[in-house]
Formats: sequence, structure tokens, C-alpha cells
Amino acid sequence: MKTFLKAGALAVVAALVCVSCKREQRTFRAPPAQAEPAEMVRASDLHAGGPETNSAAPAGYQETSYALSEGQQLYSSFNCIGCHAHGGGGMGVPLMDDKWIYGSQPEQIFATIVQGRPKGMPSFRGRLNEKQVWELVAYVRSLSGLVPHATASGRNDHIQAEPPPNSIEPAKPKNVSSPE
Amino acid sequence: MERNSKKLSRANKIAPPSAATREKTEYTIAAYRAVKCVPLLLVFVSGCSGNQSSLNAAGDQANSISHLWWIFCAVMSVIYTLVVLFAVIAVSRRTGEPDTPILSPNPKGERRLTIALGGFVGVTAAILLYFMVSDFAAGRDMRTLSDPNPLRILIKGHQWWWEVQYENDVSSNIVVTANEIHLPEGKAVQFDLQASDVIHSFWSPNFDGKKDLVPGHPTSLWFRPTRTGTFYGQCAEFCGLQHAHMRFTVVVEKPDAFQKWLTAQSQIAPSPATDLQKHGQQVFLHGTCIMCHTIAGTPARGTLGPDLTHLAGRQMIGAGTIPNTRGHLGGWILDAPRIKPGVRMPQNVLSPADFQALLAYLETLK
Repeated sequence: MKTFLKAGALAVVAALVCVSCKREQRTFRAPPAQAEPAEMVRASDLHAGGPETNSAAPAGYQETSYALSEGQQLYSSFNCIGCHAHGGGGMGVPLMDDKWIYGSQPEQIFATIVQGRPKGMPSFRGRLNEKQVWELVAYVRSLSGLVPHATASGRNDHIQAEPPPNSIEPAKPKNVSSPE
Repeated sequence: MERNSKKLSRANKIAPPSAATREKTEYTIAAYRAVKCVPLLLVFVSGCSGNQSSLNAAGDQANSISHLWWIFCAVMSVIYTLVVLFAVIAVSRRTGEPDTPILSPNPKGERRLTIALGGFVGVTAAILLYFMVSDFAAGRDMRTLSDPNPLRILIKGHQWWWEVQYENDVSSNIVVTANEIHLPEGKAVQFDLQASDVIHSFWSPNFDGKKDLVPGHPTSLWFRPTRTGTFYGQCAEFCGLQHAHMRFTVVVEKPDAFQKWLTAQSQIAPSPATDLQKHGQQVFLHGTCIMCHTIAGTPARGTLGPDLTHLAGRQMIGAGTIPNTRGHLGGWILDAPRIKPGVRMPQNVLSPADFQALLAYLETLK
């Protein structure tokens, strides 16, 4: 009886240990392709017909905490901050709200970064490599709470009057009554 | 009876030589084994003379450290030898007879034991006190270095490389390099230490102890190199996947040679001369390189990776990962993540012509 109990306890411990084996997979070596958006990325969510269901995540795109932190580093090093600040916007549009002129899907943000957009957003074609753009996309999406809470950081790296990244609620359109 | 004893004594006479021979062979085997250990011992001892060792001091600070280390080593060796000696004596003097029960107190023996024990406690306390005092003395020696006009160097730890910036009041004379620190012999150096991402630790054992680089908390370290030569240092605080490949080189030179080096480093990068080199510069400026790297004198102003203005003059690339040769540099440019997994430098796609031109251009950055 005692032996059975011991074996049982051991099995429980082993199972618990195995659970901790599952960890985030990190990609260090992406295919060396230059960043180029998949053909025909719709730039707007506005289209005829019913609501669009979310497509599967594109190849190479990961919403892991590693991708987010790398994206954050690239975001400041490539001077996205110069126009978009830490998401609040400035010369460029804010990235922390629910308004997406060219779409909030990963592919759409990818296309925006690589192709550039009118009125100031430069094209980064030939300057960045696919892995870097996907990391930037993940970070940009985290600014408005579009990535899983478990992957976003638990604290801010800079002073700002808002909750830490993993506590941002996904931005939703607000009800705006038209002026009477 | 008499005959018997005679026989015995004769037998005894014959026996000792054979036992002695056996003993002799055993000693020979033991000696042989000991000799076999000598190379191993040499390997350990060789650690004391390297160019990345606290015991091969090349500065006043490391001198204090190695002095302290030798004091500890000598005292500890004596104590260890004595303990082993006492243990051997105790074991060999064991009679194997059962202890006779103590029936009456033995004040004389008790007193002897008390004195011996008290003496040992006193000696131990004295030794510990001596250690403490010499430790304080070494610490004070290391931290009394001061110079109103030191050479000031800003060291910034990144995952996983070192940014080195020689401060100057004239901003155009500020020199920025990476992973290689040149120092003049005999001059006090003040290192201002900063970290940009996680905690690192700056450790060049030939000159001084370690000092942590904490993000958002600048620290500083002073030392004075007293001997010319090339030494190595590395990050001494686990900082991620490639912590082991976060090394740096320290080159101590005569003051005039150092000044010459510093003046050369403060120049902007030479303009490319041949068509191939000019093409290489265009590849650099119109590709992905410009996003992260700086080359003074060109529009390249990236800050994510090391400054490449005088790349060709450095001994190593990838923070001491591989030597700076044309072949290694080429492999690094095309596929850095294979050489150093986790590094921010991505793989690059370049046509053979562009690649050769880029290498030719980078080699001009002396």
C-alpha cells in the first residue's frame, strides 16, 4: 500500500515537472527573405458583404513575448518613436487606439510597414527583413491590446500614464452619438 | 625450541627484503601516478599566467586582488596540510584495543586538552582577524585611485556586445567603438558603466574585479593599467542566450601609441577609392545594414548594432566570437544567427557581386 502511495506521489511530481517543460518556442533563424507582403493584402476593413472572419496567422508571425520584446527594441531603434511616439502618436497616427486606416490584421500592418502609406509613412522595403517586420507587427498590435495577455509584458519600460502592456484591453469603437 | 626460534629468525631475515621490495614497487607505482597528475596540475597552474586572469596582474587593482589571493592560498594550504597530517597521525596511532572505561577523573589530562583546544580556537580567531584586516587593506588599496584628469570611457552593455565610447569635451573628438578597449599604460581610467537592456557585468580580471552594469543605474569603475599587452575580459553576469559570447579585448599601449590610435579613431571613415569599394558602400547604404549600424562620414546612423567606422582595425567580431578576417566577416554578414543564435543581426541576402563589393568596402574601414 505504502509503495503504491509513493509511486503515485512520484507520478504526480513527474507530471508536474513535465508541465514545466512546455515553453515558448523562439525562432532565431528565419529564412533570409527580404520583406515583401503577400499579394493582394486588403488595406481596409471596409468592404462589401458580411463581417470578415479572422484569417489564420500568417507564416513567420508569432505573438510571443520574445517577438514582442524584439519588436519593441526595433520600434525604438528604427525610430518609429519619431512619429508614432510610444503609441500615442505625434507627427504620425496613434497606434494605441481602435482606428486603423489600413487595417489591424498582421498582414495589413506588414504591408503598411513594407509599402509605406501616403502622408508620411515611409516604405521600409529592402531595409528590413521579414523576421524583423513580423516582430514589429507583433509589437504594434500589442500597443492596442490585440495580442494575448500572457505574452505582453507585465511592466512598462517608460514612464506613461497607462496600465502595463498585458493589462491593455483591446480597443473597441466607442459609441459616438451624432450631434443633434 | 631453540632450533625453532633460529629457523624463525632466519626466516625473518629472508622475509624483510621481499616485503621491502614490495613496498618499493608500491611506492614506485604511487610516484608514477603522482607524476601522471603533473600535466593536469600544470593545466591548473597555467590558469595563473593567462591574459584573462586575476593572478597575472597588469594593474594596481588586480595586484591587490592577487596579493590577497596568495595570502589566503598560503595560509589555507598550511592549515590543510596540518589537518591532513594530524588526521594521518591519529589514524596511524590507533591501537585497535577497546577503550578502557574511565573510572576516575584525570584533571591533568583534562587541563592539557582544554589548553590545546583553547589554543586552537585562539589561533583560528587570529587567522580570521588577519584575513579580515588584509581584506580591508586590499579593498582600500583598490579604491583609493584618484586622478583629477582621468581617461574617461563610457561602457554600455548590450545583448550581447559592448559599446565603448571615449569621452571628450569636444564632441567631434568623441570616439565610439565596440568590443575593443585601447588604454594608455600608467594612466588612471574611469569607466562609466551603463546597460541598455538587462544586467551585465564588466570584468577584465587582469586589471580589476567585476562591476555590474544595471539598466537605469549608472555605475563607475577605476583602474590603472601598468603593463602593455593584449588582455581579455567578458560579461560576468548571466545576461541571456549568448552571455558566453559577450567578450572584449583590452589593448594596453605606450601613451604615444595610444594617442595615435585615438586620433585615428576620431577620424571619419575613409572614402572608398576603387569602383568596387564605391559599389560596396552603396550596398551598405541602400540595404539593411544602414538600419542598425553607424559609419561616421556617411548617412549611416543606426544605433542598434556596433559602430563600424573603424571595423577593419578590430581583432574580433561578434564580441569576441570569431576573428576579424575576410572569411569570417563574410560568414557573419550572410548568416550571423547560425554563428551566434539569438543575435539581432539577421541573415542577409546578397548577390555575389554585391557581397564581394561590400566586403571590399568594409575592409577599407581601418
